[in-house]
Amino acid sequence: MSKQLNVALIGNPNTGKTSVFNALTGLNQKVGNYPGITVDKKQGSCRLSRGLKAHILDLPGTYSLNASSLDENVVIELLLNKNDKDYPDVAVIISDVENLKRNLLLFTQVKDLKIPTILVINMSDVMVRKGISLDIKVLEQKLHTKIALVSTRKNTGIEALKDLIENYRTLPKEQCLDASTIDPDYFKRLKSAFPNQDLYKLWLVITQDVNFGKISRQELDVLEFKTKSTQELKRLQQKEAIKRYQFINNVLKEGQIIDRSKATDLRSKLDRILIHKVWGYVVFFIVLLSIFQAIYDWATVPMDLIDTTFAGLAEWVKTTFPNGGKITDLIAEGIVSGIGGVVIFIPQIAFLFLFISILEESGYMSRVVFLMDRIMRRFGLSGKSVVPLISGTACAIPAVMATRNIELWKERLITILVTPFMTCSARLPVYLIIVALVIPEGYIFGLNYQALTLMLLYLIGFGMAVFSAFILDRVMKSKRKTFFVVEMPSYKLPLLKNVFITVVEKTKTFVLEAGKIILAISIILWVLASYGPGKEFNNANRIVTENYNGTSQDELDDKIASYQLEHSYIGIIGKTIEPVIKPLGYDWKIGIGLVASFAAREVFVGTLATIYSVGSASENENIDTIKSKMANEKYPDGRPVFTFASGISLLLFYAFAMQCMSTLAVVKRETKSWKWPLVQLVGMSTIAYVSALIAFQFLK
Amino acid sequence: MSLSIADLKKGEQGIITDSSSRNIPLKLLEMGCLPGNKVKLLQLAPFSDPLYLDINDSFLAIRKDTAALILIDKIG
Repeated sequence: MSKQLNVALIGNPNTGKTSVFNALTGLNQKVGNYPGITVDKKQGSCRLSRGLKAHILDLPGTYSLNASSLDENVVIELLLNKNDKDYPDVAVIISDVENLKRNLLLFTQVKDLKIPTILVINMSDVMVRKGISLDIKVLEQKLHTKIALVSTRKNTGIEALKDLIENYRTLPKEQCLDASTIDPDYFKRLKSAFPNQDLYKLWLVITQDVNFGKISRQELDVLEFKTKSTQELKRLQQKEAIKRYQFINNVLKEGQIIDRSKATDLRSKLDRILIHKVWGYVVFFIVLLSIFQAIYDWATVPMDLIDTTFAGLAEWVKTTFPNGGKITDLIAEGIVSGIGGVVIFIPQIAFLFLFISILEESGYMSRVVFLMDRIMRRFGLSGKSVVPLISGTACAIPAVMATRNIELWKERLITILVTPFMTCSARLPVYLIIVALVIPEGYIFGLNYQALTLMLLYLIGFGMAVFSAFILDRVMKSKRKTFFVVEMPSYKLPLLKNVFITVVEKTKTFVLEAGKIILAISIILWVLASYGPGKEFNNANRIVTENYNGTSQDELDDKIASYQLEHSYIGIIGKTIEPVIKPLGYDWKIGIGLVASFAAREVFVGTLATIYSVGSASENENIDTIKSKMANEKYPDGRPVFTFASGISLLLFYAFAMQCMSTLAVVKRETKSWKWPLVQLVGMSTIAYVSALIAFQFLK
Repeated sequence: MSLSIADLKKGEQGIITDSSSRNIPLKLLEMGCLPGNKVKLLQLAPFSDPLYLDINDSFLAIRKDTAALILIDKIG
């Protein structure tokens, strides 16, 4: 086995750590999870000279070794545990030339853990523009390290960094600061209590409890040690930070010159517009509009293509595989259309992440957070809730995952709970067909009624999200005080490579996460619809043929399929719940659609298509056929099933109901309990039922 | 009664004198919000909250209630 070198990339957020990771590993990277938690674990490999291979771990961004979130805790856990298989042989600290002072705080902490450490100063290409000059020799000597001056944008310095990694054994090991000077007496007692342990490591373990308290300590039990009160420890931590900054300021006084007169200030120029009281919101509104335009307009082209491809594939399976077999049916109707149901969302999800990653890379997202915080806070949310809420219009799954950087748990939880009210793309097919069915064509003030209804549905979703956040904020008790710190990074042109990798990675995660569930549900649905108990189901063929003598073979086939469905397991379920949904204006067939939709909303149209026996109806050209069949659907006494009243009731039900197993699964994972997904399921479905009931009873 | 960052007007600067309140997150201290460091109020969001600051050459936004806990001496 060749010797593998463990390298850990550590750095503040917004330093281009991921760019360095991408530059070192190229596409030799994979994203996984740390065991038991949902923090992304990004690792890759990098070839050095002499056949040596480096295993590169891109640790979550952190400002220091004092964790205040799950992501940051990962960094500390790893650096404190020498037995971890990923424990770094060498730590590479990524810093940004513009924020060297702040970035060095983390550097000195890692250094004091006596881990061989290389300092990367990234974005060196902007040095001249910002009037910064560095004396690398002096910095290396004062910081006891080796420095690689890197520009991921210009692609310089990466080879030098690889050389440094390869020769990590020659790195100086001196500490930057003797932490024990902040309270010599305390550290002396600590030393005598644990003579075999590294002092700074002990200190970090003790203080983790102050902030986060999740550190595992198999090897040292500091609880026995008579420690100080939380407030005293915090004071000491502040003292430590002050000492570190004193050290850093002294180093930079000799090693860095900043000539501010040479700096061209893009930041203040852009900020003047982008966070202006009026223009800021105008720009944000335009940005939002473009995102929607992309998701709902541009994405339809590839989506239609995917749709036809999968419909064709299902048809091909049916004609090529042994005819009439259950297996053929399962593959064609269950599996192929199930996979198609996942793949169809890829364009929208990819577009969404394209925009979000551009907004984040450019530094604009922090400005949105800044602009929106005060408004969102009125509703118990945070400025940082804006990103998840926007993401929620594509899909709630990545949106819920995007809540992770909201520090305050209550604000984060409320964001998670209300995000599914946002109109996700899975609701769109349902909205489209029902709006087309019950809303008349026509114009008011030059605006199309149907388009207006659709827009209203989006607003209703957003309104309900904000309203329930407001209620939740009143109901839930908060344990902690406000905690909101947003870094306002410099504006940068997004790096294409980073954007591309983000889009690919996030889309892949979505397909795998949601895909599994949607596929499984499709198969279950197929089974429930294809089998039934008793004589009616099994003898459908004979019964229908006897009753409808003389009709054409095609029509007869349709009738048989629909008779079978009525007596299949799922048909029985639909019939059973009919009394409950009758007051909302639905019949048992819609009931089947509803039941199926609790797995995933997007199956509604497909299910109705099967029920109204128009065959594989996910094809666009068939929408009209389903529509006309639905329009002609009548109760036994001749009243139409789909009226204005029942249509509106159905729209409201879909706007509010929690009908997505994948989201529930993600919420369970993010909140670590079944309590919150259950609250969502029951709460949202109740709201949906009640509002649909009121709408139908009022309008009918 | 001493001044806090929340008392600054747009464009004004101060020197931090005390940031030891228990309700100031450690993260903020680590970003340079420490006694002796300079702070400048760059911009205010609508409704004067949050505040966009330059603290010790770090650019960050904090809410008004946190800003009110960080005591300063005004300069300039």
